Amino acid sequence: MKLVTAIVKPFKLEDIKSALQEQGVHGMTVSEASGYGRQRGHVEVYRGAEYTVDLVPKVRLEILAEDRDVDMIIDTILLTAQTGRIGDGKVWVTPVEQVIRVRTGERGETAL
Amino acid sequence: MHFNAVDTVWLMTCSALVLLMTPGLALFYGGMVRAKSVLNMMMMSFASIGVVTLIWVFYGYSLAFGPDHGLGFVGDFSDLGLSNALVSTIGAEGHQVPTLVFAFFQLTFAIVTTALLSGAVADRIKFTAWLALIAAWVTFIYIPLAHMAFASQNGDGGLFIDRLGVLDFAGGTAVEINSGASALALALVIGKRVGFKRDPMRPHSLPLVLLGAGLLWFGWFGFNAGSALAATGVAVVAIFNTQIAAAAAALSWIAVEWKRDGRPTTLGVASGAVAGAVAITPSCGYVTPMGALVIGLVAGAVCAWAIGLKYRFGYDDSLDVVGVHGVGGAVGMLAIGLIASSTANDAIGDGLFNGGGAGQLVRQTVGIALTAAFAFAGTWLIATIIDRLIGLRIDTEAEIAGVDTAEHAESAYDFAGVVGAGHVGGSHHSGGHLNFRRNHEE
Repeated sequence: MKLVTAIVKPFKLEDIKSALQEQGVHGMTVSEASGYGRQRGHVEVYRGAEYTVDLVPKVRLEILAEDRDVDMIIDTILLTAQTGRIGDGKVWVTPVEQVIRVRTGERGETAL
Repeated sequence: MHFNAVDTVWLMTCSALVLLMTPGLALFYGGMVRAKSVLNMMMMSFASIGVVTLIWVFYGYSLAFGPDHGLGFVGDFSDLGLSNALVSTIGAEGHQVPTLVFAFFQLTFAIVTTALLSGAVADRIKFTAWLALIAAWVTFIYIPLAHMAFASQNGDGGLFIDRLGVLDFAGGTAVEINSGASALALALVIGKRVGFKRDPMRPHSLPLVLLGAGLLWFGWFGFNAGSALAATGVAVVAIFNTQIAAAAAALSWIAVEWKRDGRPTTLGVASGAVAGAVAITPSCGYVTPMGALVIGLVAGAVCAWAIGLKYRFGYDDSLDVVGVHGVGGAVGMLAIGLIASSTANDAIGDGLFNGGGAGQLVRQTVGIALTAAFAFAGTWLIATIIDRLIGLRIDTEAEIAGVDTAEHAESAYDFAGVVGAGHVGGSHHSGGHLNFRRNHEE
């Protein structure tokens, strides 16, 4: 089992979500995040005083998946999240040792 | 008691209009500070309404507008508790109104002028120190200046209005330059906010700022046109000039921003409208509509520049009372000397550019200088004494955490979500019910 984590532009969330649903991915966790990479922040000016806003708002998606679905999930995210401009985000995959469904106590892939 | 009912209605209306400026100012300033200080910011304005009203009733009105027995600096204690105001009338022949309505109208000026000072001490003043400060300031600074500027007593009253021939229709001296110079002294005595020029201190809610600016603009019609003290043609000139100058300054402020910073901003348009209203305050009853337009355009541009001075000179006048009210007030006062028009108001002579001499310009300059010097020195002294006695500032830790929780045990907005939302009752609470303090036995 793997955990796919993706940091993407907030306005791409709905596209990614529906594309993943079409592919049969039926669960994910979404949270608001902020940070910076190659895309730096922006400058705001209040009464002539400049403020550099370093952190850019992003959305973080986390999807627990069976090993064989991982490539499909990555491809779907890339296909929908890509704009080709700096700041499109990142996707990474980490191994997951165990998953347990809280309601039933099921373990492993049946809990996904 | 014979009085003019139309004029009386007008002054009652204007009193209500001007009072609304103080909650308006609370919103204007409240939106400009960070979310952790907005309640304290607004509280300072509301405290001004409370404290100044009581002082005004006890002795404030009497001291400001009682008979002058000396050199035009102050009245006397002959009308304590508004006992004379209750049974007398005041005003020009044919335009008499009950003195009580004049006292109310002038009270609303004292309130909003005092509240303006809060802009210089945002995020960091102890609430007890604020209460002491405004009580002392309204007594020793505002009241003498209001007497000088507004107490007309057949030539033997206030220094500016009766003795020096300074023209100030609605308070360029006692309200605007006074608050600006006092704010500068306060900012210097209390010191900079933690993180001034280092941390981003963005306005936390620009919609509040715009709403506040709108209420100030609306109330300002009462402030300026009410200062005619009667429903006359000059009052009409004043009310429309107020509109013209505020609108013109809103545009010229954002024009400066557009050129300098690349974008016109909502904070700029709100600040510009206020700067225009400030500059037209002393001049509204003395200039033509085209004159008001010029005053507005100049004030918006000059104040947009002046608010940058604090960064150059390193004083933390947090919400730009100096740059907007001090500088804007001076622009309006000087404009009278330049473009006053006897066509707009047949009680005065023309300004320099309208064929009058330079005499009025000199008198205006004297008014500006005396007001600024008195307000700055006096406020410096008062603030220093209060700082020695009880301390002006909250401690650094509380300032960083936020003055709202430190001084008022409240938060303006509950955006905390699940984590950090706290629980019902105090820190010793262990039961499952609301833990009201009066039932708390620990």
